[in-house]
Amino acid sequence: MDSLVARYSRPATLNRETFSEDLQDGLHDDMNPGLSLKFAMPPVAQPSAWLRAATDDHANPNCPIKIAHGTTTLAFRFQGGIIVATDSRATAGNWIASQTVKKVIEINSCLLGTMAGGAADCQYWLAWLGMQCRLHELRHKRRISVAAASKILANLVYQYKGMGLSMGTMCAGVTKEEGPALYYIDSDGTRLAGNLFCVGSGQTFAYGVLDAEYRYDLGADEALELGRRSILAATHRDAYSGGYINLYHVKEDGWVKHGFSDTNPIFWKTKLEKGEFTNVTSALD
Amino acid sequence: MAMFSQNPVLNGPNYSFAEVPKDAVDGLREHRFNPYTDNGGSTLAIAGADFAIMAGDTRLTSGYSINTRYAPKVFKIGGTTSSQDDANLLLSVVGYAADGEALQERLDAICKMYRYRHGKPMSVSACAKRLSTIMYQKRFFPYYVYAILGGLDEDGRGAVYSYDPVGSFEREQCRAGGAAASLIMPFLDNQVNFKNQYVPGTGVGHELKERERLPLPRNEVEVLVKDAFDSAVERHIEVGDGLQIMIITKDGIEEKVLPLKRD
Repeated sequence: MDSLVARYSRPATLNRETFSEDLQDGLHDDMNPGLSLKFAMPPVAQPSAWLRAATDDHANPNCPIKIAHGTTTLAFRFQGGIIVATDSRATAGNWIASQTVKKVIEINSCLLGTMAGGAADCQYWLAWLGMQCRLHELRHKRRISVAAASKILANLVYQYKGMGLSMGTMCAGVTKEEGPALYYIDSDGTRLAGNLFCVGSGQTFAYGVLDAEYRYDLGADEALELGRRSILAATHRDAYSGGYINLYHVKEDGWVKHGFSDTNPIFWKTKLEKGEFTNVTSALD
Repeated sequence: MAMFSQNPVLNGPNYSFAEVPKDAVDGLREHRFNPYTDNGGSTLAIAGADFAIMAGDTRLTSGYSINTRYAPKVFKIGGTTSSQDDANLLLSVVGYAADGEALQERLDAICKMYRYRHGKPMSVSACAKRLSTIMYQKRFFPYYVYAILGGLDEDGRGAVYSYDPVGSFEREQCRAGGAAASLIMPFLDNQVNFKNQYVPGTGVGHELKERERLPLPRNEVEVLVKDAFDSAVERHIEVGDGLQIMIITKDGIEEKVLPLKRD
C-alpha cells in the first residue's frame, strides 16, 4: 500500500515527458503492449560485469550467449539530400547469423536510422525513438526536427551508459527548418552532426572510397553509386561485412528506397565492366 | 558417488557452463553467478506458400548426460484453452530449457489476454513484434533462448520470424536454431533458397544463370526437414531421440513425432 501511495503521490514534474508511461504492476505490465522501460536485472552486485561475461564474445570468446552484431553502414549529405547505405550481414562470433538483415531502420516516412553494434539494441531503441517522434508530432502538431530526435536517442543511451548497450547509429532526415540533417549517435553517448559518417567494423574501408570521391555537389545518381561502391569496398575487405547492399536516398518529401541487392553480381560487374578490383583474378582455371 | 552427484564441488558433471570454481595457486576460489545451462537440441522452421512448418528434436541434455528423450521444443501459442486446439501460432525455443519454457508461457499468456480482450487471435506480425519486446525486457539478464515464431500472415502465406537471445528479429523463409544450426542452415540455404544453384547449360563461368527461387510444396519440405535432422543426428551428440514436427495451414495445426536415432 505504501508503495502504491508513493507511486501515485510523486510530483508530476518528476515524470519526464519521454518516460511518462503508466506505472503498473507486474502482471499488467506483461499484458501492456507498450515499450516499457522496466528491465529485469540479474541478482548480482555488478549486473554489467555479469552481462559482459555472459554475452560479450569480444571480452570472453567462450561466452554462452552470442548476440547478433551488425556491421558496415554509411550516410552522407550532398546537395540532393542524404544517401544512406548499409551491408546486411549479422555475425555472432565467427558464425554468420544472417545475410539478409535490414540495417536501415525506417523510423517514419522522413527519418531513417542505421544499425551497427547490437542488432536488438538498435532495433528496439530506434522503434522506441519512432514512438517518441510520433508523440512529439501529436503534442506539438508538427514534425520533430532531426536534431531533437537524435538528442532524444542520445539522452536515452547516456542514461544506460556502462550497462552494456552497444549501438552506433546515424539519424538521417530532411525537415523544412533544417534541410537535410545527419547525426551520429553511439552508446557511449556521443552525438555529432556532420556531412559524412561511416560506422562499424568496415568503416575504414568505406571511408577510404567515400573520402576519395566525395563532393557536396554530387548528382543524385553519382551519389547513389558512390554509396553503393563504398559498401562494396567494405564487404570486399571486411570479413564481418557482406550479403546485400541496402540503399536509401532521403529527399525533402521523404526517403526513397533504391534496392536491396546482392553484392556478388555487383562485385563481378564492377570488376569486369569497370576494370576495378584488379587484385582479384577472374580466370576460372 | 562423485561421478553421479552432478555436484561441481565433488567433481561431478555440472549443470552449468562454468567448471568447478578454479583453485588458484594460493588456494583462492572464485565463485560466480551461473544461471544458465545449455540443454542442446536443435530447431528448424520453413515457410511455404500456404503453410509453415516448425520442427525440433526432443532430446534434452546437460553436458554429456541425456536427461530425457522426450522434451518438446515446439509449442502452440495463443489458443483459448490449455489444449491449444484453436491456436494460430507456433513457437520453437532452444538453448536453456527453463528459460525457453518461461518465455513460451509468457508469450502464451499475452496472446491469450489479447484474444480475450480483442475477440480475435493475434496476427503473426503483431505477435512477432511483441515477442521481440518481451525478450528485450530482459536485455540485462537475457533469456538464453534462440526462438523462432511461425504462423500464417494476413495473406495466408507461411511466415517465419527468427530471434537472437535479446530480441532482434527478422522475417525469413527458413531458419535453423540451436546446437546443430551450423550443420542444418547451410543445407537449408542450398535446398530452400537455392543458394549456389545454377541452371545447367545457361553459359560458362559468370554467364551461368541462378536457379529461380520458387516456394516448395509441403510434401517436399517435410522430407527436407526429416533429412536435415537425420543428418544432424549423425554428426551432433546433442541431437537425437525424436523429431517433433508441427505444420500450420489454414485448416489448423498438425503435429507428428517421428523417431530419430537414440544413441
